[in-house]
Amino acid sequence: MGPEEQYRAYLADGKFMIQRSVSTGAYVFYPRIFIPGTGETDLEWVEASGEGVVHSTTTNRRSPEKGGTFNVSLIDLAEGPRMLSRVVGMASEDVTIGMQVKARIDEIEGIPAVIWEAS
Amino acid sequence: MASDMRHLRGQSACVGVATFGTGECPGWSSLEMMGKATLMALDDAGLKIGDIDGVWAATAVHAMPSMSLAEHLGIVPKYSSGSNTGGSSFMAHVIDAAVMLDAGLIDTALIAYGSNQRSWGGFRTVSEPVPFESDYQVRLPINAYALAAARYMHEFAATREHLAEVAVAARAWASHNPEAFTRNLITVQDVLDARMISDPLGKLDICLVTDGAAAIVMKRADQAKDFARPIYLLGAGMAHDHRMISEMPNLTTTCATESSWRAFGMSGLKPKDIDTVQIYDAFTINTILFLEDMGFCEKGEGKDFVSGGHIAPGGGLPVNTNGGGLSCVHPGMYGLYPLIEAVRQTRGDAPGQQIPDVNLSIAHGNGGVLSSQCTTIWGSVDTL
Repeated sequence: MGPEEQYRAYLADGKFMIQRSVSTGAYVFYPRIFIPGTGETDLEWVEASGEGVVHSTTTNRRSPEKGGTFNVSLIDLAEGPRMLSRVVGMASEDVTIGMQVKARIDEIEGIPAVIWEAS
Repeated sequence: MASDMRHLRGQSACVGVATFGTGECPGWSSLEMMGKATLMALDDAGLKIGDIDGVWAATAVHAMPSMSLAEHLGIVPKYSSGSNTGGSSFMAHVIDAAVMLDAGLIDTALIAYGSNQRSWGGFRTVSEPVPFESDYQVRLPINAYALAAARYMHEFAATREHLAEVAVAARAWASHNPEAFTRNLITVQDVLDARMISDPLGKLDICLVTDGAAAIVMKRADQAKDFARPIYLLGAGMAHDHRMISEMPNLTTTCATESSWRAFGMSGLKPKDIDTVQIYDAFTINTILFLEDMGFCEKGEGKDFVSGGHIAPGGGLPVNTNGGGLSCVHPGMYGLYPLIEAVRQTRGDAPGQQIPDVNLSIAHGNGGVLSSQCTTIWGSVDTL
């Protein structure tokens, strides 16, 4: 199983896991078979702290008939890497850059996904 | 000496350009449009189909466009490529062509584009889905550019009014260009009042969805001197540092810093030498970021640089003099259009407002989500 499928298997099991290089301690997301740029392959899966900060945010004004408006944000994980996700549980327009957020696992149209809410 | 292209300065030239079906071109296929633009560019140069021995093409909907185009034209090229780095593809093709012309592997390069997307019912792409980001049903490319714009506003205290200045300037240039799809003048307030699409980008912060085809023909300098209006490639550089917006190292600094550094290095020129600037402006934030990253102003100062009509007709620096992707044409991938506007301005035959005494123009392409950057610098024979 490749790293993407492994990540999804963890998610389906209710776990938000990311990778870390044993030798350098550097974290990786999105999951890969090596550290991008340097190539270390000694990656282990560790549970993410689930803590993050909103790096940027937008409100995607999708039409109501297509499912309506939703938030799209870039989240800086406490471990370092950045991920694209959504901040939920509040009006999308009220999500601000620099906001502290906490991860939980939910589903978006049937696909398990890490999403974030104000912490 | 590695990574040094100075020996290619002025060694190739664009000898013919054409645009076709700009705006709406109902009833034509994308390939037919590309073929027509090719014939027109050959005619502009005084060449024939049989002269072409190198073919480059990229579109959003063809996986093998250079083969389709060569077959359509009925030629057997010595080399062809459909390499696709999004909207910067065509500037990258120029680098390929310049190198292969200089090496003597080909004698006549064709670079072409065509899209009937508007007449077919909107933006389509064969681009691969983005891993992980796709799970969130992110709308690309718009959400990605909105995230960069929001971050820029946060870091540099920029406002939607600053972004709007870019759209207002583009429209003012377009108002002089009979080829432009939208020519009615707009105000900053019009941009602010337009329907919000992905905050902070509203409808008028976002490029048009049009049809359009374009083609250029390039020759080696020793051949180009016999043509009527050769415009020489003085500098070129490329870089890309991510594919997905979540992997962009810094949302407010693109690697146009690197591509332009290489292009200026090859040409021996500086931003202050440039007479017109043609930038891939798919969104208002692009123009601000690329003017900064190419060194026309400092990082964070772009918001003021574009304000007060400074990049509009009559301003200090002519930017996107055809009206840009925001107001002239945006047929899915816009990259050949700014390149052709740079050549036309330097030749002195721009279809819209011609800037007097142009000798040097820059054409900068952007692809993906601020991902691939390719800068080209073009000069008249006097700049050799």
